Amino acid sequence: MILRDIAHCRSGDKGDIANIAVIARDPADYARLCREVTEARVAAFLGERVKGSVTRYELPRLGALNFVLTEALSGGVVSSLALDAHGKSLSSALLALPLEGA
Amino acid sequence: MRQVRIGAGAGYSGDRIEPAEDLARRGALDFLVFECLAERTVAQAQLRRAADPEAGYDPFLEARMRAVLRPCRAAGTRIVSNMGAANPDAAARRVADIAAELGLPGLRVAAVTGDDVLDACREADPALDRGGRFGDLGARVISANAYVGVAGLLRALEQGADVVLTGRAADPALFLAPLVHAFGWDMTDWDRLGHGTLAGHLLECAGQVCGGYFADPGFSDVPGLADLGFPIGVVDADGTVEITKLPDTGGAITPATVKEQILYEIHDPARYYQPDVVADFSGVSVEALGPDRVRVTGGAGHPRTGTLKTSVSFHDGYIGEGQISYAGPGAVARARLAQEVLETRLARQALRELRFDLIGMDALHGPRLSAGPEPHEVRLRAIGRADDIGAAEAVANEVEALYTNGPAGGGGAWKSVRPAVSLCSALLDARLVRPEVTIYEAPAA
Repeated sequence: MILRDIAHCRSGDKGDIANIAVIARDPADYARLCREVTEARVAAFLGERVKGSVTRYELPRLGALNFVLTEALSGGVVSSLALDAHGKSLSSALLALPLEGA
Repeated sequence: MRQVRIGAGAGYSGDRIEPAEDLARRGALDFLVFECLAERTVAQAQLRRAADPEAGYDPFLEARMRAVLRPCRAAGTRIVSNMGAANPDAAARRVADIAAELGLPGLRVAAVTGDDVLDACREADPALDRGGRFGDLGARVISANAYVGVAGLLRALEQGADVVLTGRAADPALFLAPLVHAFGWDMTDWDRLGHGTLAGHLLECAGQVCGGYFADPGFSDVPGLADLGFPIGVVDADGTVEITKLPDTGGAITPATVKEQILYEIHDPARYYQPDVVADFSGVSVEALGPDRVRVTGGAGHPRTGTLKTSVSFHDGYIGEGQISYAGPGAVARARLAQEVLETRLARQALRELRFDLIGMDALHGPRLSAGPEPHEVRLRAIGRADDIGAAEAVANEVEALYTNGPAGGGGAWKSVRPAVSLCSALLDARLVRPEVTIYEAPAA
């Protein structure tokens, strides 16, 4: 089982900082997201793709977590030579995060 | 005013035009807002203005205005946009002329300026987020524009403008200004300003809240994506907003699409820094009212900081890029051999940066996250930055030269060399920014 099975994600960019919103498809799964999708797991999973810090914000009313990743865009959209300078595809990377079975 | 109907006609400069025209004709809107200015767009517009004093506004301004001016006039819908880019006055004069051509004499078009803070930056010499100070960039600087708030836009609306064109403003401010104008909100009513900012934030990317940028077949399905409708915000006097769209348009507005947009490009949800307010989305709730109708409540705000984010653009050398594809047995090995050839040859050039990607293999997520069986085909991408255009050209040309000098079966080579414009940001005292409003009236044809 992977994150995609219970959540959808959207990434955004500002300068060299990316964010990934992780939103439970069913609000009942929010507690599980809080438990399993931790700062440490996201940092370890994305590995070298994120050079700075990983900070998690909780939005219980939306059943969502917001991850803020610093130094994640090779210097930022306006100077990076990366193919996906915006880091738009980062959300899809996180969707592959393995979860414990139901 | 009891409720305001505000539509989003564009989420970026090159966005589709017909959904905006549809909103203008059928939306019964009070306001139609076009957000068209990405981070780097102002710099490019400034370069066009330097070459031609009447240029420097959005390249699609004319096409958009020809599509919506008449239906907006007929419906009493007022237009607000940052399509003025680096030259709001020239943009407003052009729109006044178009209005005359379309038989709309007396149409009032406002140019709102003041976001250009190049002179203020030269004087204040602010620190830059990339390190160093503004002055260190010297003659390389192209533009400095502050993300301004609603003040100038409000004045233009108060003066009865039918169309308001500005340059750099905070994107949500384009929506917040009409709301403050219509409801008469106090500029220290932080919760209403915060909620109005939320409404603007939800609408500013146009199709994105209607199911654009959301579809994931089998998991998140969206009907009618080819004919995606653009959103309408129905805003109450307390700032709460219902997001909806026109019947018989594609896409879907659901709690899921709205939640994604609430958090799009947000860091700390309790502190979304805006020129007029620090908006707080941490207590926001969404509720489905029916098909394509979602109500958003619980936005709040805190006092503004008094500083404005300022975007500084500067010449940053030249970028050379080349791509070539390999397929079939050994495709990845041949692409890697091609990369080795390029590494050897480009080491002889004065490049500040050089980067290689294997598209189809690991270009987006890096090698560790991309582990798996080898793909049937890959595309090698080489991209480098240099101060000297000759070195940038070498990157592009060396990729193309792999046709006759590189590994077997390379195909579809492509190359590009372009001047590089980079951006950094600074914080500027908001008191250094003084908005100005000029009204141009469409003459009789």
